[in-house]
Amino acid sequence: MASLAPERRLGRLERPAMTGVFVRELVNYSAYWRSSAFSSTVEPTIYLLAFGFGFGSLVSRVGGFEYVEFVGTGTVATAVLFSSAFPAMFGTFVKYKFQRTYDAVLAAPVDTEELVTAEALWMAVRAGVYGCVPLLVALVFGLDPSWGMLTVPGIAFVAGFGWACFGISIAGFASSIENFNYVVSAVITPLFLVAGTFFPLSELPRWAQIAGNFNPLHHCVELVRHAAFGFEGVTDLARLGVLVLFGLLMWRIAIFAMTRKLVD
Amino acid sequence: MSGDLAIRLRGVVKRYGPITAVDGLDLDVPEGTCVGLLGPNGAGKSTTMRLLTAQAIADEGELEVLGFRLPEESKAARAQCGVVPQLDNLDTTLTVEQNLLVFTYLYRIGRKERRQAIERALTMANLVDRRKDRADKLSGGMRRRLLIARALVHRPRLVLLDEPTVGLDPQVRQELWALIDALRAEGTTILMSTHYIEEAQRLADTVLIMSHGSAVAAGPPAQLVADHAGREAVEVYGPPPRLAEAEAAARAAGLLTRRTGTSVSVLGIEAADGRAPEGERRPANLEDVFVLLTGEEID
Repeated sequence: MASLAPERRLGRLERPAMTGVFVRELVNYSAYWRSSAFSSTVEPTIYLLAFGFGFGSLVSRVGGFEYVEFVGTGTVATAVLFSSAFPAMFGTFVKYKFQRTYDAVLAAPVDTEELVTAEALWMAVRAGVYGCVPLLVALVFGLDPSWGMLTVPGIAFVAGFGWACFGISIAGFASSIENFNYVVSAVITPLFLVAGTFFPLSELPRWAQIAGNFNPLHHCVELVRHAAFGFEGVTDLARLGVLVLFGLLMWRIAIFAMTRKLVD
Repeated sequence: MSGDLAIRLRGVVKRYGPITAVDGLDLDVPEGTCVGLLGPNGAGKSTTMRLLTAQAIADEGELEVLGFRLPEESKAARAQCGVVPQLDNLDTTLTVEQNLLVFTYLYRIGRKERRQAIERALTMANLVDRRKDRADKLSGGMRRRLLIARALVHRPRLVLLDEPTVGLDPQVRQELWALIDALRAEGTTILMSTHYIEEAQRLADTVLIMSHGSAVAAGPPAQLVADHAGREAVEVYGPPPRLAEAEAAARAAGLLTRRTGTSVSVLGIEAADGRAPEGERRPANLEDVFVLLTGEEID
């Protein structure tokens, strides 16, 4: 009986291995896409409506923009964070600890590096799609369309990859799911609030402005805002560079953390 | 590859902190045979299985699977292996067919062969009529059959079965034995860990008994029984003082004994020359060997 599997020696980061993981996610997504799309798009939209129209009635303009436009572009980053970091943390933990999905995948010709990379890419694609929803809502509420907005899915994808890898890393280092409370309270919430989504960092003390530059979410917010209102050349290239570096660093950390977790 | 060995382990050691789970294990699995790893819980069977898929990395020793050195070439070896885990790890929200479809991609089956591979696996596992059912709607036995079908979807040369029938009803267990036997008849090499003696006796060409991480005996089941427990045994029943007395007398006469819980078995009585106690005679079996070699006490 001839085996249907390939006989040659296999290398690293192979496309067929990552396609297998990607297909698994895609087939599973067909079973839960409604709830996933709901949570990943409705939450940021509620933020947009609540802040845009709540604060918007008190503050008409911020940083030279209508407040609803300011928040509408900013909440793209929120949607990216919600659709990448959170599913990565909880999804990864559940899959290796409770469902033992990764044991099944790693028994096939797939390495941890390929598994982590494919999982992060899948979540980045979702972040690229879900990230556009607040922008579409803002367009309905008066944001003027621009050609630059066509780059938003790409920006959301790059940022989403980094945040997905961040979430996978947290899941890889956490010994129990309760440990996520520390990360959400002490890391994600401050980064979420000090990103320039709801108010400009220029209004904060000097030290907070400097700290904000180390927040990848802030660079995502600024890039999306500039995609809508006009790019700022080298500055935005540097912001994109920060997101790429964040993604690469988190990618390697996620692989390290998950290898420790999955291979005895 | 070394001869026609599908698996070759030499002096394999795996430690978890102060615990040595696998302690200098040697194992040969010739191509086309079914080898059973038999041992009590904690003997190192599951760790050995994880070592063979490089989900655990050995601290010492040599490991070769289908001619590939582990862990360096593990991915190439895994492409030719099917693994049935001890714990169910199906995607429960997917249908039977979708679970198999995912693994046709993970095992890199070509687009043209994918449909046929799924049909073959469904037929082999007798799940054709349940193809559209979600995995969480299946009975325990069907889920286990689906796990086996998933491991066979790419027609592996080697199948690793980790406690394939643990926790299942006797009827379901027999159904799975038939499935494993059919696989063996096709010429697929099988390494199966189990702590069910009957399972090893019925399915395995060779049994390797493990205790405390190392092999304590290996050979065809009948040979192991003949070598370690003789041909016949006597079961002595009675109250505990009577059992202790029978045990002491048999040992004094140079005979091997083991406790069964309700009786004492005196082994190798065909060579007892009238020194055997009164009791029910029966053929010696693999369970006698298992208890003799792995001990009567639970660790």
